[in-house]
Amino acid sequence: MAITCKIDGIDVCVADGTSILNAAKEVGLKIPALCYHPDLDAWAACGICVVKMKGSPKLIRACAVPVENGKEYITRDAELVDARKAVLQLILSNHPNDCLLCGRSGNCELQTMAADFGIREQPFAENFEPLERDESTTSLVLNPEKCIKCGRCVLVCQKLQGVYALEFIGRGEKTRLAPAADVKLADSPCIKCGQCSAHCPVGAIYEKDETAKVFEALTNSEKHCVVQIAPAVRVALGEAFGLESGELLTGKMYAALRRLGFDKVFDTNFAADLTIMEEGTEFIHRFTQAPQELPLITSCCPAWVDYMEKYANDLIPNFSTCKSPQQMEGAMIKTYYAQKAGIDPKNIVVVSVMPCTAKKFEVQANDDMSSVLKGVQDVDIAITTRELARMIKQAGIDILSLKEEEVDPLLGTYTGAGTIFGVTGGVMEAALRTAVAKITGKELGKVELDAPRGMDGVKSAELDVGGKKVRIGVAHGMVNIEKVLNEVRAAKKAGKELPYHFIEVMACRGGCIGGGGQPHGATDEVRAKRTAGMYKDDEISKIRCSHNNPEILAAYKDFLVEPNSHKSHELLHRKYNKRPVYNK
Amino acid sequence: MSKLTLADLKKIRDEKNKEMTRRDADKEIQVVVGMGTCGIASGAKETFSAFIDELDKSHVNDVVVKQTGCMGFCSVEPTVRVIAPEMPDTIYNKVSAEVARRIVKEHIIGRKLVDDHVFDHPSRDILTQ
Amino acid sequence: MAYKNYCLVCAGTGCHANTGEEIYQELVKKARDLGVEKDVQVVKTGCFGFCEKGPIVKILPEEAFYVHVKPSDAEELIKEHIIKGRMVNRLLYKEDDKKTDTQGKIDDIKFYQKQLRIVLRNCGFINPEDIEEYIGREGYQALAKALTDMTPDQIVEEIKKSGLRGRGGAGFPTWMKWNFSKQSSSDVKYVVCNADEGDPGAYMDRSTIEGDPHSIIEAMTIAAKAIGASQGFVYIRAEYQLAVQRLEIATKQAREYGVLGKDIFGTGFDFDLEIRLGAGAFVCGEETALLASIEGERGIPKPRPPFPAVKGLWGKPTVINNVETYACVPMIILKGGEWFASIGTEKSKGTKVFALTGKIKNSGLVEVPMGTTLRDIIFAIGGGIKDGKKFKAVQTGGPSGGVLTTEKLDTPIDFDNLVAAGSMMGSGGMIVMDEEDCIVDIVRFYLDFSVDESCGKCSPCRIGGRKILNILDKIAEGKGEMDDIKKIKEISEAMKRSSLCALGQTTPNPALSLINFFYDELLAHIQDKKCPAGKCKNLLSFSIVRNTCIGCGLCAKKCPVNAITAEDCEPLPGKKKPPFVIDGKKCIKCGECIAACKFKSVVKL
Repeated sequence: MAITCKIDGIDVCVADGTSILNAAKEVGLKIPALCYHPDLDAWAACGICVVKMKGSPKLIRACAVPVENGKEYITRDAELVDARKAVLQLILSNHPNDCLLCGRSGNCELQTMAADFGIREQPFAENFEPLERDESTTSLVLNPEKCIKCGRCVLVCQKLQGVYALEFIGRGEKTRLAPAADVKLADSPCIKCGQCSAHCPVGAIYEKDETAKVFEALTNSEKHCVVQIAPAVRVALGEAFGLESGELLTGKMYAALRRLGFDKVFDTNFAADLTIMEEGTEFIHRFTQAPQELPLITSCCPAWVDYMEKYANDLIPNFSTCKSPQQMEGAMIKTYYAQKAGIDPKNIVVVSVMPCTAKKFEVQANDDMSSVLKGVQDVDIAITTRELARMIKQAGIDILSLKEEEVDPLLGTYTGAGTIFGVTGGVMEAALRTAVAKITGKELGKVELDAPRGMDGVKSAELDVGGKKVRIGVAHGMVNIEKVLNEVRAAKKAGKELPYHFIEVMACRGGCIGGGGQPHGATDEVRAKRTAGMYKDDEISKIRCSHNNPEILAAYKDFLVEPNSHKSHELLHRKYNKRPVYNK
Repeated sequence: MSKLTLADLKKIRDEKNKEMTRRDADKEIQVVVGMGTCGIASGAKETFSAFIDELDKSHVNDVVVKQTGCMGFCSVEPTVRVIAPEMPDTIYNKVSAEVARRIVKEHIIGRKLVDDHVFDHPSRDILTQ
Repeated sequence: MAYKNYCLVCAGTGCHANTGEEIYQELVKKARDLGVEKDVQVVKTGCFGFCEKGPIVKILPEEAFYVHVKPSDAEELIKEHIIKGRMVNRLLYKEDDKKTDTQGKIDDIKFYQKQLRIVLRNCGFINPEDIEEYIGREGYQALAKALTDMTPDQIVEEIKKSGLRGRGGAGFPTWMKWNFSKQSSSDVKYVVCNADEGDPGAYMDRSTIEGDPHSIIEAMTIAAKAIGASQGFVYIRAEYQLAVQRLEIATKQAREYGVLGKDIFGTGFDFDLEIRLGAGAFVCGEETALLASIEGERGIPKPRPPFPAVKGLWGKPTVINNVETYACVPMIILKGGEWFASIGTEKSKGTKVFALTGKIKNSGLVEVPMGTTLRDIIFAIGGGIKDGKKFKAVQTGGPSGGVLTTEKLDTPIDFDNLVAAGSMMGSGGMIVMDEEDCIVDIVRFYLDFSVDESCGKCSPCRIGGRKILNILDKIAEGKGEMDDIKKIKEISEAMKRSSLCALGQTTPNPALSLINFFYDELLAHIQDKKCPAGKCKNLLSFSIVRNTCIGCGLCAKKCPVNAITAEDCEPLPGKKKPPFVIDGKKCIKCGECIAACKFKSVVKL
């Protein structure tokens, strides 16, 4: 049913249930709000988005109240501006004003709003409790002192991710952001996906900054620094430099990394292709010879692996034993590349640039992540897209003016299948491109698959592969996975046919392009543009299927022997452990 | 207990109402102790026991001692209502165990009001209006 | 043998001071002298209220109510009333605007009883743990009527006719809530009772459940029939142990008797209810927060609309009323909406229970018809101010309400008048203050409560309340500035306009009362740095009046910080010892010295 109403005198027709805030957007009005985020149900905490409805004596929250038929709304007048300003001043009086020392300075939503409202003085006495930072994880820092209690992080963690690691502790003015049960974040159910940090409007949650370590390694002449870049970084990095979301920055990014001083610039996309070889083979094996081990569930996403080890460890046997591309690339750099280049792996520092904060956790998740040298991580430092952007700026590199450069060979060349790892459904699509070719013995005419694509939380399809039905499931946004897993559990328990043979999971909405380490401001609109960038990268790739990547073929021929070989298992596969949801 | 029919409901109502309001016709005396949180906090449980004990000692039969909710006189709890034939329907305040024993001796046996503890009724009963 | 008459003499402190004791002695003497000591028992009683009309004598069984009785009236009372059986007309109580029948008919002279008990009708009559006693007092008759003789529309219509408005605070018409829920189409609907009473000083809901739990069960079942629900919840704070226990017993008995559960009275109507315990957060009295709490979520308010009546518990239409509102329902169904509407004022029908606390003689629960004046409640029923002090103000509406002064005493109380007077009904707490209460201090108490009980979700409430409290603290410390008044107003305005729920919107009310009605007292604190009531410690200094001090040193012995010492001088003329003196720097203003001094030589300045 459509609703017709008037907003600031303009007629608006929207679907029933549309909030005043979203209806106003239809006619070009952006009602200021601090807590509202389009990914989330309105929480109505900040009190900034108040508007008037004619005939109602009270101000109402535009974010949360749906428009009513025939009603008239006023979103701006002197009283509303004054009301918003007063609330903003109250919020500011409880917020530390050390903006210059804050990681979000320059793109803080509160700071921006204070500037927009022309706040020049603070009429109310300032007071805030000093609160301790939580730096217990290697991925994220919680600084509850900066928190404005907008609720986004808590809602993201609970409603979008289903993790329930973050909660408001205390009540009233004592309310503070903290891990659930008030434990340290590292001991909490946190899966380090970083969606909280991506949604935080201020500097209350942010990635643990490891840029200094990288600079240090780059300056150390004894170290051979090698970098790898995850697929989704190339479509989002540009945002930090004023480009549209989704613009491909691959060549300029390689160039900038060389300017930063990296000795070799490789690409995680290569390892994505490698993953397909390993995981595809694993799937074909299980599908054709060990159906009792189905469904196969992907393991590229470290936040998902963390979640699974805590919340779904009954399904460990169904997990692909493949490491994530980041870890495969690291292991290959410190073995295959080290041998080829004649460098002692001890002197190699592998830095990965990831759209993800959980990758910082993954690099040291267990002993398998140090598969080359005992006690030495295969990937030494994982930084996020946001950190790379800062490094480029700190180094004074004008990335946009750089000429595009090529990736270094051996572990850099990638196919279209490798690059779409960065988007939901991409791993599934890439795997199927190879699996279908392997099973049927015929290359696909059209490599694009529609079924795994799109923004639905759970996507499922039945595909005909050489006369056999393959049922696939793709879930993104952690909260969506439980439904898929429960279907599997129920079928197994009832001894019925499995609903899925192959399941892809990515913790973040939209996949890695919407990762917790990406530039701030992701909404579905932004995610769509980044996704388009990923598919464009696929389209412009000369080779579209992993098994046709010449460097992959060379790597097997020269080093790994064959997919799922003994060597592969040593370097490219891993074990999983049951872990408690809370560490005691 | 089988489920009530409408007829059962009326029957219980009539019987119980007669029992609760009987006065002169019947010899039964009722002692109703206010036992809301305020009454109990002020010692209504002790008061209740004192009534039972004193009635027992005095060998007085036909007295029902029961509890009720707060009558509203929270500053003078415990409060007790005494309904006896030929006596006014009386509310007593600040009924300690000691006063309870006096009520048994003076009001119930001696047919005299207990000085210094009589309190006013809060209002008329809308159900008998 | 019982007496023919009982002569009750009010000997409460007020009347006592007014020669109640003397009248008592005189009545006893005259009864003896006139030889009727076997016919009449003279008894001293507790306070009847009405102290300004005291001393009061009441003679039973006629219930003759004599006021302004003098000891010299004793003879006439005995001779006329006891011996001749004729009432003494000149002493009979007369309502100011009504004529009393000279014959002193019982009904006419009975209306001195200002209270009318609908909600508390069974408190004091029935054993709350015995369903049959409830049934004995017309219990479940209304339900029987609603289930067998009435359609849902008729039930709602009867509630509409009654004019019943929600007793929880804002006074929203009950029938409208029921009607919205009735009209919302849904397979599942809920009926919820809000027993999360939280206003400081208000406890009528607790008392109602403790004294008459079945009336709530009956009313909720009637509501369920009206809207088409089959499941109910009573949300009650866990610390109301006795109420919870009695409610549990009552629901169990109701199920056993078949007035709750499946196929009630064989009508095919099903309804059952569950008791949900709340942890005692004030904000959980807010309906959306309460529903969230029942659902197992944090008790945090949500924006309305959608209103619970349309989209409530688990997204289903939900009628939510408070205990007192429900307690009225069976009587409305039984006696008719018109009967209920005949009580009260034009826009507020029926009665209201108030919890009288503070500096009042007869603290307790009173139930009066809407439209009763504050004066009647405080002086006629409450007996006036304790210890002969002067009335200063009364706080109504709990932390969301305001403070009303002497000028408002004759306001007939109802929902709208209280709002117009600058306060609100709230749940019915009434805290009476005397001249020794400092209004800044009282308002700080309320602000402190609201700040503590804010859920913390929405910024105006979470931050604003604290800011106002900080300013008030500053004023109480003697550091106030005139600009602070403006700031309080600004913050209050922001909170009222932009807070999500009523808690935040009303938190500034006590502070606004302070500015609007006690401006002089506020100015005294800010400009003169004085607390007229002598409460704000930082604005006080204690000193010893030199020429009345006998130097006994009792104050010095009691002083916990050794701030009092003997003056280093000769004894003043006529005294044996030198006077004592207080060191203002050491003094913590605890007041022990004032209490200790027998000569009233220690004074607060």
